Formats: sequence, structure tokens, C-alpha cells
Amino acid sequence: MRVGVVGGGIIGLAVGAELLRRGADVTVYDPAPDGTGGAWHVAAGMLAPGGESVFEFPQLERLLRASNELWPEFAAGLGDVGYDDAGTLGVALTADDVAEMAREWKHQKLSPLTGSQLRDREPALSPRIRAGAYSPAERQVDPRRVVRSLRRQLNGRIRQRAVDDVSALDDETIVVAAGCGTADLTGLPIRPVKGQVLRLRGEPGLLTHVLDGAADGRHVYLVPRADGEVVVGATQEERTDHQPTAGGVHDLLRAALDLVPGLAEHELTEITVGHRPGTPDNAPIIGHVKDNVFVAAGHHRNGVLLTPITARLVADLVLTGTADPIIDDFTPGRFGCA
Amino acid sequence: MTIAEKTTEAPAVPLLPENGLILGTGGANSLAALEEAIIASETDLVTVALRRIEAAGPGLLPMLERLKVRILPNTAGCFTAGDAIKTAQMAREAFETNLIKLEVIGDERTLLPDGVELLRAAEALVVDGFTVLPYTTDDPILARRLADAGCAAVMPAGSPIGSGLGISNPHHIELIRQNVDVPVVLDAGIGTASDAALAMELGCDAVLVASAITRADTPAAMATAMRHAVAAGRLARQAGRIPRRFHAIASTSDEGIPVW
Repeated sequence: MRVGVVGGGIIGLAVGAELLRRGADVTVYDPAPDGTGGAWHVAAGMLAPGGESVFEFPQLERLLRASNELWPEFAAGLGDVGYDDAGTLGVALTADDVAEMAREWKHQKLSPLTGSQLRDREPALSPRIRAGAYSPAERQVDPRRVVRSLRRQLNGRIRQRAVDDVSALDDETIVVAAGCGTADLTGLPIRPVKGQVLRLRGEPGLLTHVLDGAADGRHVYLVPRADGEVVVGATQEERTDHQPTAGGVHDLLRAALDLVPGLAEHELTEITVGHRPGTPDNAPIIGHVKDNVFVAAGHHRNGVLLTPITARLVADLVLTGTADPIIDDFTPGRFGCA
Repeated sequence: MTIAEKTTEAPAVPLLPENGLILGTGGANSLAALEEAIIASETDLVTVALRRIEAAGPGLLPMLERLKVRILPNTAGCFTAGDAIKTAQMAREAFETNLIKLEVIGDERTLLPDGVELLRAAEALVVDGFTVLPYTTDDPILARRLADAGCAAVMPAGSPIGSGLGISNPHHIELIRQNVDVPVVLDAGIGTASDAALAMELGCDAVLVASAITRADTPAAMATAMRHAVAAGRLARQAGRIPRRFHAIASTSDEGIPVW
């Protein structure tokens, strides 16, 4: 079967690679020569199935957890992509921050840790931090290395081409995985949600856990890589522009330095802006649109985490016509569009 | 214009929602959750920060249009009169409305209003033809000055934005009610339904609720609770409460009881 995947971001590539592995004749279309237009290029790569306030949508939490369980095997199939299972420390600076973060910790049934217990695990944390919690199931991966590896697997099958209309493609089956661009191609309600992300670099080993923290009302996460890079994210803005702002960078750095004062000595190597493909209910859209067109998009803040399960569900659906019923809560039909 | 022509004009939309509840749109976890909350609140007026969204952007504004609610643009994020005036003028262009919820914030920690800058901005915007609803402190004198400057309503803070601390000085809210003849809208600080009911019992004409709804575990349920609370508080005010007494008084009196 000839399958065209529109979009060479992390979702499109993973879908393409999975279809290829199962014997399909795959072509991935993306306008950028290296695919760097996507949200994955900015994303920190936190794999946080419970960390992003999913109080209201238990089905989404179930999907996130199911995909999180697929990650170890998925990562093993990609080579060294920085998959790290040290886990995440939630940390809170002030009493107000503790009250706010404790809602999430309680929801995830995590036991609270004192400031000293936190510093035993992560000595670079500020002595001002009052409380925290350890979440062993929240891990990290480097999305840029994941994409490099997926591109290698799809060697020769990625075509540099902008697709404005899926009917212009002559593949038997089309999968639209174009992130924010999916809205124009399918009419589905996907909007860009701007995020600013910083990358710092210093001596490796300052931090060993992912940190998910609140500092004086500012939310921030810090994702330390083995090579000394620390990703600091992220703002969340209902804007479509690509400008980093003084206020955005200030808020991220202020919170990061409040939580880990030693980061002040790090080099500020990157300020990036990306757009998460957001849907009205923050959950992805995965399923059949019409005729020979399928969609896998709108993963919002969870694209990297949801990559393995999305690839599997879409490949099942395209090749066999059915997929695990977990997909039923995420079909395009829930927005009355298909 | 003759009298006959005048009477055929469509009646002007009242400034405040009939049910006394205005919603803020900030802090929602998802657009879908916000939409459910707006529907549950049964309001027809929601406030939107011009600085935080793009007037032509996707997402929020098409949704508000679909729900047929009026937009009350606000100047959140402004720290000076000049900044707020410019933002209000941009909001008028972007949303095609003269309504403006005027916020001039004094500092980032408390997000409380800067009364001096606020009054300056309010005076300028009234002259410029805006319908100005200033977010103010619970100072009765400042509230009166704002009303005297021609503001269409005053919106005193119960307590700092997002704090959920409720109404920290109920007596001042009552004094404001007595001091001004424009509508009083309790803005900021509401944490739960009883705070909204208290505001209405104190004589407010409406309450504005944002975080208490959008950041609740279940926003739509909290929006419903707020709607009932506002209605209950307003009814209680109209019904006339009994005076507070130091000692008990039996609800069934001895008078008229036969003695034998």
C-alpha cells in the first residue's frame, strides 16, 4: 500500500517509520529540508503523563499513561536518543507555590518530600524550596535526537514538498500529521499555542532529575541532558507570532534561577519559539477523516509523549481498518467535523 | 429627532448581565473547559485581556462569537496611565466596542490597582468616549472619585487577583455602595460561591469571577455554583435581612399563647 504522510515532525515521522516497518510504501512530505518547523524542535521532551493538569479528561490521562508505557521499547528501537528514567522532582518555592503544586501531587497520589529530602536527591536545588514530590514515571527524551533517528529510518522516503491540498497527492492513503498546518488541510479545530523555550549549557551533572516547579507563581520545568544542556520551558500564549519576548525570557529565567541558583553560571545558548498544535479539549485528534484521509495531529503539549501510541494506532487503523478502542475518545468526529 | 422616532429605537443593551455574573477568561486549562463554564454561568459578558491574546487570532474569539457573549476588553498587564490608555484605544479598534475594563496595576506581587494612575487614565478615557469600568481598590473615596470622573461603574477588589481570599473588608464594599450612584461590581478575590453571595448581600450589582471558576477542578460546576450564589445573594439583599442582635430572641414569641 502506498501511504503519503503529510508532515515530517515527530508524529509524522513516527507514523511513517511504523508503516514502513510493517511493509507499507511510505512517503513523508514536509516543506522544510530538515523538518525543523515543528513543535518538536522547541520541545524539551518531558514525558509527563500526569503533570499537565488533566483533572477534567480522564481518557486523555489514560492515553498519556499508555503511551508512556510504550516509550522504553520505542526508545530502544531508535538507538541512543537520550531516554532517561531518573524521574521528575516536583518542587515548590513559596507557601502559595506549595498549595498550587500540591493539587497535582495529590491527584497523582505522590508523597510529599521536605526541602532537605529534595536536596538529598538533587543538591543543586535552592535551600529556599519548601516542598516537593518525586514522580518516577515522568521521564525525558531528547526530541531532536528522536527526530534524527526517525529520519535515518525513513532515509530516501522524505520528500521536501509543501502540501496545500491533500487531493494533490496520488498516494492511495493519506495521513495528515501536519501539526498546526492540519487546520488548513482538514478544517479541524487546531490552533497554534505559542511557547518560548530556553536552552542553557554548563558543566554536566549539575542536575540529574527533570524538575517541574513553581517559583513565586511562575511555572517552569527544567530538563537536564547528560551533555550539560538544560532546557527551560515554557510559556503558553494564545499567539501566532514567532517573537521571543523580554517578559517571557525573564519569567523563565527568573523561575529557573530561583529554583536552581547555580544555573546563573550557565551559558544561554538558545531562545526558541514554537507553536503547539492545540485543540479545544487539549487532546489529540487521531482517526479517519474521510475517503482515504486519516489524521494524527493536535497533540498540544503532549506530542513527544504521545508519539509511540499515535504511531501504533494510526498504523493499525491504516493497515487493518481498526485499532485499539482507546482511540475512540480522540476521533475527529468529536468536533462534528467528520 | 421626534419623540416617535426615539421610541422606535432598539433598547440599549444593559451594561451588566441580567444575572449579575461576569466571567474572566484567563487561567482556563482548555478552550472546551472555558466554553462549558461560560455556558453554565449563563452570562452574556466576559472579559478578555487584549495583551494576552491576538484580536484576530484563532481559538478564544471565534468561540465567544459562537456563544454570542459580549466582550469586555480589559487592560490587564498595564502599569501606567499612558500604557492603559493606549491599550484601551487598541482594544476599541480590535473589538469594536467602547466598553473597557480599566486595569492599572501597581505591582506584580499584589496586582492591586495603582489608584493615582487609574484615576488619570479613567479621566482621559471618559473624555475619549469610552464606557469605563475601572478595577479599583476597596477605598470608598477613590471609588467616588472614579464615579465622579464619569466612569460607568466601579469594580472594587475583594482581595488580590487570583488569591481566592474573598472579601477582606466587607464594610468598605458597603461604604462604596453608599458612596456612588453607578453600579458596583465586586472584582477579584472571589474564591468560592459564598464570597459571591456575600458581595451581592453587601449591595453589589454584579460580581466578576475568573480564576475561581477557570482554575477549579471542574470549572463548569463552579460556574453553576457562582450563578446560584449571585442569585441567592441578590434575593437576600432584596428580601431584607434581620438586624444582628447580641442576645437571642425566640422565633416563636409568647404572645397570644393561652394561659390556664
